[in-house]
Amino acid sequence: MRLSTGGLIDRARPVTFSFDGVTHRGFAGDTLASALIGDGVRVVARSFKYHRPRGILTTGSAEPNALVTLGTGAAQDPNARATMVELTEGLAARSQNAWPSLRFDLLAANDLFAPFLGAGFYYKTFMWPRAFWEKVYEPAIRRAAGLGALSGLPDLDDHERVQAFCDLLVIGGGPAGLMAALTAARAGADVILCDEDSVLGGRLLLETHTVADQTGAEWAAGVANELACLPNVRVMTRTAVVGAYDHGTYAALETLGPDAIRRGAPRAAFWRIVARRAILAAGALERPIAFRNNDRPGVMLAGAVRGYVNRWAVSPGRQVAVFGNNDDAHRTAADLLAAGVHVAALIDARAAAKTDLPIRFFAGAVVEDCMGRTGVEAITIRTPKGTERLQVDTLAVSGGWNPMVHLTCHMNGRPDWRDDIAAFVPRVGAVPGLTTAGACHGAMSTHAALAQGQQAALDALADLGLTAAPDLLPSAEDAPCRITPLWAVPGKGRAWLDFQNDVTVKDVQMAATEGYQSVEHMKRYTTQGMAPDQGKTSNVAALAVLADATGRGIPQTGTTTFRPPFVPVPIAAMGSGGQGAGFAPERFTTSHLASIRRNAPMIAAGLWWRPSYFPAPGETNWRQSCDREVGYVRNAVGICDVSTLGKIELQGRDVGALLDLVYTNTFSTLAPSKVRYGLMLREDGHVMDDGTTARLEPDRWVMTTTTSAAGLVMRHLEFCAQVLRPDMDVSVASVTEQWAQFSIAGPNARALLTALIPGFAPLPFMGCGTVTVAGIAARLFRISFSGEEAYEIAVPARYGAALFGRLVERAEAMGGGAYGLEALNVLRLEKGFITHAEIHGRTTAFDIGMQGMLAKKDCIGKAASQRPGLMDPARERLVGLKPAGAVKMLTAGAHLFAKDAPATREHAAGYVTSVGFSPSLGHFIGLAFLKHGPDRRGEVIRMVDHLRQIETLCEVCDPVFFDKDGARARG
Amino acid sequence: MRIPCPLCGDRDRREYYFGGAALTRPAADADAQAWDDYIHNRDNPAGVSREFWQHEGGCGAWLVVTRDTVSHAVIAVARTKEAQA
Repeated sequence: MRLSTGGLIDRARPVTFSFDGVTHRGFAGDTLASALIGDGVRVVARSFKYHRPRGILTTGSAEPNALVTLGTGAAQDPNARATMVELTEGLAARSQNAWPSLRFDLLAANDLFAPFLGAGFYYKTFMWPRAFWEKVYEPAIRRAAGLGALSGLPDLDDHERVQAFCDLLVIGGGPAGLMAALTAARAGADVILCDEDSVLGGRLLLETHTVADQTGAEWAAGVANELACLPNVRVMTRTAVVGAYDHGTYAALETLGPDAIRRGAPRAAFWRIVARRAILAAGALERPIAFRNNDRPGVMLAGAVRGYVNRWAVSPGRQVAVFGNNDDAHRTAADLLAAGVHVAALIDARAAAKTDLPIRFFAGAVVEDCMGRTGVEAITIRTPKGTERLQVDTLAVSGGWNPMVHLTCHMNGRPDWRDDIAAFVPRVGAVPGLTTAGACHGAMSTHAALAQGQQAALDALADLGLTAAPDLLPSAEDAPCRITPLWAVPGKGRAWLDFQNDVTVKDVQMAATEGYQSVEHMKRYTTQGMAPDQGKTSNVAALAVLADATGRGIPQTGTTTFRPPFVPVPIAAMGSGGQGAGFAPERFTTSHLASIRRNAPMIAAGLWWRPSYFPAPGETNWRQSCDREVGYVRNAVGICDVSTLGKIELQGRDVGALLDLVYTNTFSTLAPSKVRYGLMLREDGHVMDDGTTARLEPDRWVMTTTTSAAGLVMRHLEFCAQVLRPDMDVSVASVTEQWAQFSIAGPNARALLTALIPGFAPLPFMGCGTVTVAGIAARLFRISFSGEEAYEIAVPARYGAALFGRLVERAEAMGGGAYGLEALNVLRLEKGFITHAEIHGRTTAFDIGMQGMLAKKDCIGKAASQRPGLMDPARERLVGLKPAGAVKMLTAGAHLFAKDAPATREHAAGYVTSVGFSPSLGHFIGLAFLKHGPDRRGEVIRMVDHLRQIETLCEVCDPVFFDKDGARARG
Repeated sequence: MRIPCPLCGDRDRREYYFGGAALTRPAADADAQAWDDYIHNRDNPAGVSREFWQHEGGCGAWLVVTRDTVSHAVIAVARTKEAQA
């Protein structure tokens, strides 16, 4: 029922929306919940397990009942809390967990079977037959019990992840948080203020309290205005801080407002906020009292009832009874009276309670039962004189207030029990750098909230090295918090604790009776607090009931563990940017565009993209291109972009000595202008990487690594230089992206360079030097990964594209051209050169036949590589393979067996790592690891590829297939 | 978790690479047990732990970080060049 005056709504802006297809009207400033109440909608949901009709219980994010689905199709958003949904024109909300309709839900039959569906029902009932659980029981239970459903379609909405840093994070924009933020902001601190609500003010918006002789809402708006004008303050409304983590790190979920989304903002942003200090001013949550049928629509929290009246000018009913065990409940009665709503009775469980309000008042009385299937119609109360039935349509309940200790427990802190306010309060220091203020600290009056907010800010400022004089506190009410605990009214029938998971007082008592006496066991047995609301309105009452049932006190019973997130966080927000390729960077060489223009299929090599091959007109499959490109190198000249190999520059007097430690072979003896091949081990004796290192000048070296190990080797070099040998004079820098490097390989390579570089003097094999190409200083290396006379030329990356074009043009004029990764692979296979297909992390220098490269000196991995197990001739060791059977194909990944052995695991003798078709030899060749490998040359063995169903015989041979003495490369 | 880099300041742990326990590499002629301990055997302390971390996403410095694995408090951070001098 909408009241004719009052509220913080804009009556000039009516808003039309629908719920379950029925059109309703509200106003700008409404939430979906307030608008539904305003239009007299009482049943908004069906409960999880028993499908009981449910109404709105709260005004905030702790709402257990009023979960609805918004949107349709890919935009379907289940389990939205109606209390947190801002009303927008055309909003369409649907109820959940009801079929065929909310008013007539067939599964409400579950409620009739309630005696059989108590705690532990699933565990006891569906024990056997065991196989039935997955196929029969679980699907059926999942259909019957549930909340909203996802659409199953990809989420098309935008989300974002954002980082922020500040001096002081203030969590909560009620009186304590506003005062804290204002105090810190005026002192010049960099402040972030977060509040879940769309408007700052917190509880002040829901109350009639005055602050500094204004309404609470006016005072809050004034502070909000001042904060908005200060450049050192960021106010984040609609932002829930959901987790507290190490070292001042907080997670927050910002839900963007409807106007912002319309302008193209993402729907939600997941923030990581790093704060030097934080103040938690999250307030307190009211808790219900359990009594028979206390889950009927129309039973609401007392603070919520007056909140709806005061902020949104809607009354949940026309005949309201108020039931409580504390003074705060009386405020609801007073506010209802002031708003002209009829208060049928004020029922206070405390025998000594008094009131001056002109209403029927029952002290020492409790509500025993509540009638009305789809909404409260009457209540039964028990007074000292007997029982009485009252006709009411709404019951406001207050069992006291629980400080929102959640965030203070995220780092394993436990809250402390305070008898005087019958609630848990945060333990000081539970989260380093975080203090608490206001109601969440157990200070229940507005004055105390303002004072504590101010003091918390002053303390934080002192920690931050800022000084501030406290301003005069605004005047505000300072009523004491008087409460006598009452958790559950004794009696027959079911009294609800956890509305969202349908857990009753009986369930908790049964758990205790059956031996689940620890609060953590009770929770898991009953599912208390395990719904999306995490039991915000029910946990404390549930553990109090457990404490009573087990004869322990509440502090001894303790709480369950509070874990992040404080409110549900969409995975889409948390994982924003992670869809598809996500934020993985793509690295392009300087020849990338030229390769694309030549229609080269690009393939990923780590983060790099490299051309697979360059198709020529008339070629219909990749093998034709590959064979042709291999021919360029073997017979003319080929050009290949090798910039993706890691390039690390080393400078300093001791580079040679450091390389002696890093490589198995000796580098300190390498003369300037020379290049050497090196093998690197891990400390455990296995091969890490290989490559060449050139000594450009006496104290200036450049190392190449394989493409995939560039980062690993860089880190390793830094480790060796900084950790193992900090005494050495060595500096290391990655220059992979600074240099574009191209291989010029083939019999015509020298001729190409002679024509390209004026005054070109051929380098000796494994020599290096500087040259000038087209006026650009370049580095030239005579190294070969193809077995031909080959050079690699490196120029600053900005000249890469131009040089590549010129090289390819000249190569083509000489009967050659560009070659891609496929040809590169065949060329190195023909020469038996290894890649990470062979040095895959489990192979040793011995395994790849390079034990001779371990010089007589210490190096990383030397000690471990000498262990007998790593030098065992029976190990799987590198060999070459060529087909010797009817099938002429080899496949990488196939397994090897002795010729007559069965192809089973027990007889596995090795595996194939790389294969390719050698156009130079006219047949497939492969590299493989084989037990006793080099000792078995000439033997015919069996290759079986179980996956591709290919089997053949092949002959074990030397891994070098082509130009065994290397005469071609040496030229 | 945040680690204060002596060169760059306070940084998120995602900028760092964890380099394992801060052990000293044995001499080349050390016995097999010493190498086994260095390569394979690790304590798993509940409490103070001395570890290598590299500020890989920042300045590249290798650090010795002394931290508490229970409270996650970072007790001390030093560059290896200085820590071992």
